[in-house]
Amino acid sequence: MSFKITSSPHNRISRSTSEIMLLVVLACIPGIAVQAVLFGYGVLVQLLLAISTAWLAEALIMRLRAKKVLPRLKDHSALLTGVLLAISIPPYAPWWLIVIGTLFAIIIVKQLYGGLGNNLFNPAMAAYVVLLISFPLQMTQWLPSVSLQPESLHLLDAFCAVFSQYSCSGFSISQLQTGIDGISMATPLDTIRTDLAAGRTLTESLQSPVFYGIAGAGWLWVNLAYLAGGLLLLKLRVIGWRIPAAVLGGLFVCSLLSWLAAADTNPSPMLQLFSGATMLAAFFIATDPVSASTTNNGRIVYGVLIGFIIYIIRKYGGYPDGVAFAVLLANMAVPLIDYYTRPRTYGHKAKGAEK
Amino acid sequence: MPSLFQQIQAGKLWDFHGGIHPPTRKAQTAQKPIGVMPLPDRLYIPIRQHIGVAGTLLVSTGQRVLKGQPLTSADNSMAVPVHAPTSGIIAAIGEHTSAHPSALPELAITLSPDGLDEWRVQYPLNLATTDKLSLLERIQESGIAGMGGAGFPAHLKAGLTQPVDYLIINAVECEPYISADDALMQEGAITIVKGIDILAKLLNPKAVLIGIEDDKPIASAALKAACSQREHYYIRDVPTKYPSGGEKQLIQLLTAKEVPAGRRPIDIGIVMLNIGTAFAIAQAVLDDQPLLSRVVTVTGETLRQPQNVLALIGTPVIDLLNFCGYQRQTAEKVIMGGPMMGFTLPDLTVPIIKTTNCILAPSVAELPADGNETDCIRCSACADVCPASLLPQQLLWYSKAKDPAKLDEYNLFDCIECGACAYVCPSEIPLVQYYRVAKADIREQQREAVKAEQAKARFEARNARLEWDKQQRMARNQKLAQAREQAQQNNGSSNAVADALARIKAKQAEQQALPAEREHILAEREAKKQQARDYQAAKATETVQAIKPEQLVAETPSEPIDKPDKGAAVAAAVARAKARKAAQAAADQQAQIADAEQTKQPEAIVPETVAVEHPPADPRKAAIAAAIARAKAKKQADSETT
Repeated sequence: MSFKITSSPHNRISRSTSEIMLLVVLACIPGIAVQAVLFGYGVLVQLLLAISTAWLAEALIMRLRAKKVLPRLKDHSALLTGVLLAISIPPYAPWWLIVIGTLFAIIIVKQLYGGLGNNLFNPAMAAYVVLLISFPLQMTQWLPSVSLQPESLHLLDAFCAVFSQYSCSGFSISQLQTGIDGISMATPLDTIRTDLAAGRTLTESLQSPVFYGIAGAGWLWVNLAYLAGGLLLLKLRVIGWRIPAAVLGGLFVCSLLSWLAAADTNPSPMLQLFSGATMLAAFFIATDPVSASTTNNGRIVYGVLIGFIIYIIRKYGGYPDGVAFAVLLANMAVPLIDYYTRPRTYGHKAKGAEK
Repeated sequence: MPSLFQQIQAGKLWDFHGGIHPPTRKAQTAQKPIGVMPLPDRLYIPIRQHIGVAGTLLVSTGQRVLKGQPLTSADNSMAVPVHAPTSGIIAAIGEHTSAHPSALPELAITLSPDGLDEWRVQYPLNLATTDKLSLLERIQESGIAGMGGAGFPAHLKAGLTQPVDYLIINAVECEPYISADDALMQEGAITIVKGIDILAKLLNPKAVLIGIEDDKPIASAALKAACSQREHYYIRDVPTKYPSGGEKQLIQLLTAKEVPAGRRPIDIGIVMLNIGTAFAIAQAVLDDQPLLSRVVTVTGETLRQPQNVLALIGTPVIDLLNFCGYQRQTAEKVIMGGPMMGFTLPDLTVPIIKTTNCILAPSVAELPADGNETDCIRCSACADVCPASLLPQQLLWYSKAKDPAKLDEYNLFDCIECGACAYVCPSEIPLVQYYRVAKADIREQQREAVKAEQAKARFEARNARLEWDKQQRMARNQKLAQAREQAQQNNGSSNAVADALARIKAKQAEQQALPAEREHILAEREAKKQQARDYQAAKATETVQAIKPEQLVAETPSEPIDKPDKGAAVAAAVARAKARKAAQAAADQQAQIADAEQTKQPEAIVPETVAVEHPPADPRKAAIAAAIARAKAKKQADSETT
């Protein structure tokens, strides 16, 4: 008789890494849908490009590392990286931009550091920063929301625009970026920054057509959609509440203080929370377990740090949004945060009381 | 703010960090009566089934033994004996696959039952009239070791002499599938409470806390009914969560206290025993029924009739499984213990031992084999569920890196191996296995380090000794050489005859000088003697003053104290005589105890007065103790006389 010998425990909870990754991707769908409807179908093309590039890159490296390809692809971590990068970049950015970014994310940021679980930095955000620094023009070509675009682009147009930078009917991206009134339009956050730099008050800036409602046309809905997806992840216990709460809390407190101090030159906390990539960052990017802090108290510190840096970059930095930089900077601090926020082990004295 | 004790009395419960809620799957066995299986053909009784050392074998192959007859003797405080679970013939004494994760063969007695189930003579004790020592002795002789899983000898816990605030009886049974304690409580609550009474008498705690998970309402009600007359017994229904039955976790749940790292519960005034142990103690003391059988949950989807079975110690697992309608599948495992902390068996002839609470024979679909281990994604789900508040993913990292310093810093040795971390790990990493390996590695390294240290110390001591010897030798030789040289120089150029003459002359002179010198020496000696006498007289006076007046009056009534010399001498003599007498008495007493120990029959009870003063020991120890006492007394007497 021979029996299978295994080590205890012999039962396991059913949720696997692959399911967790897939759930995160699925929770992005509401946000992606809103983005596609409000900002054009370009995001779908980017997703297609990013996902296929990510899979190819992952498979290639797995072959080089002499590991089984299919089980690794099935953990869906490459898929998630591709998705996060694709929804972060401008929808009509040229095709090579997302390809370069994805290759960088998968090959350099993730695999060269040892593959899944070993990367110090969030692959999607590291790639985003590389693209932003290397190709600032393409990376800031955000079209205004569909309702403000002079020409409405169909799905086919989206393909044309991404691959040739011209829509099927021959409009260039910069032409599309230009509003009906002939003025090139940036994102709401960018608009505020430019206007404040030019000496206008916030109230004047908010008259701009990119602002409808509290956070800018379209952006409010995108953020609400990611918030919904994030709350779903929370409910399914795929992510913990600490990091999102700390990111949003940190950003909220900083912007509230500055807004109370000078409401004319500082965007309101609500605008901060529902504009830019705030919700995406709080629920989908900062919560990447690999590069985030691993202790409960550490996660609070890590989240607050991200919220604080986002605020600082939005207020004083040279870029309209600071999510990617904030996440990378916080990633760097993770080993330190983890070290100093170790929980007290059962039966041991608190660290201060030790020795 | 009410005191902790008041809060505990009021029924307050605390919580411990982490924990998991795996499917309990206890319903299929918990509601059925405990099954009694027919005698198996063979019983394999390992001689060591507890934490500690094995007793000495008392039987030989071919011998007939009666039910309850000890097969080994408890000749050491860390030993508990094993008994014949039924009458029969000792078929063999040899190695058999052990009921241990390693499955290493160990010495076991094979008993072939004769079907008569004939008891040895039994001597039940009366709790009210039996002293503590006899109780403890009975517990040890009945072979009782912790039945919750660790197998710590019960008499050591019950015999703790430190003050005990809380005696905690662990009836939590948090591990999935297992319902052995549940069934035992449903059917034997009254006996269990009698066992707790015995423990309470031995340990005299402020309160007895009985922790039971709230998924066992029938057992809880049965215990409550049985305890209704006891004032300081508190039954606490704790929320169902794994691992609330862990010793440290249950202590935290019931008393909010934490056992400091590296210490034992008694250090914070707590003793914990399993409910099954309490039952066994009651049976041992009140019925003189040693630990011959235990309730085992036999469950899993490959069984047609999963149930709790009262199994004799030594019953092979296959007999139990067959009794419950086992249908073997391919590629399956059979687990001894529960799904969280149990271990898989290499074959099914492994016997039930005192700590076996469950045999789990799941179908492949029920507890699927491990998938492929993948990389840790640092999700720290493991840290969220760790009841010891460790950081399992950091420990994994350092275990893989074999970094003992970091593992120590992250408190690897506080891991209780409950398996909660591995249970929730989405990457299916067998975390506990990594920790076990790392712990074993570190222990091995420590053993090596100690050995190396000892070897080094020995080597250095030897070197120092050799060096000292050498120097001594050299110094002596040098001295001798110098003396010879001196002698040669003194006699310089003179010839041999002159030399000889000179030597003779010198000798003569020496002999003449001798008487004078001798006289001088004698005088000196005399002076010294006088000095010593004076000193002794002075000391004797002191002694007289030290002796209590009534003694002095009683023993030397005619001696007035104002004659210091004589009085002192007499007092000293009296003191000497007394010391000698005391020494003799002590020696006699020790010898008596030793004799009593040697000739004592199992039913003989040591007189309480003697027993309380002199804890039981084996005869040899008693003899040695007596010898030491004699030597001490003699020394004392000698010091008095000088």
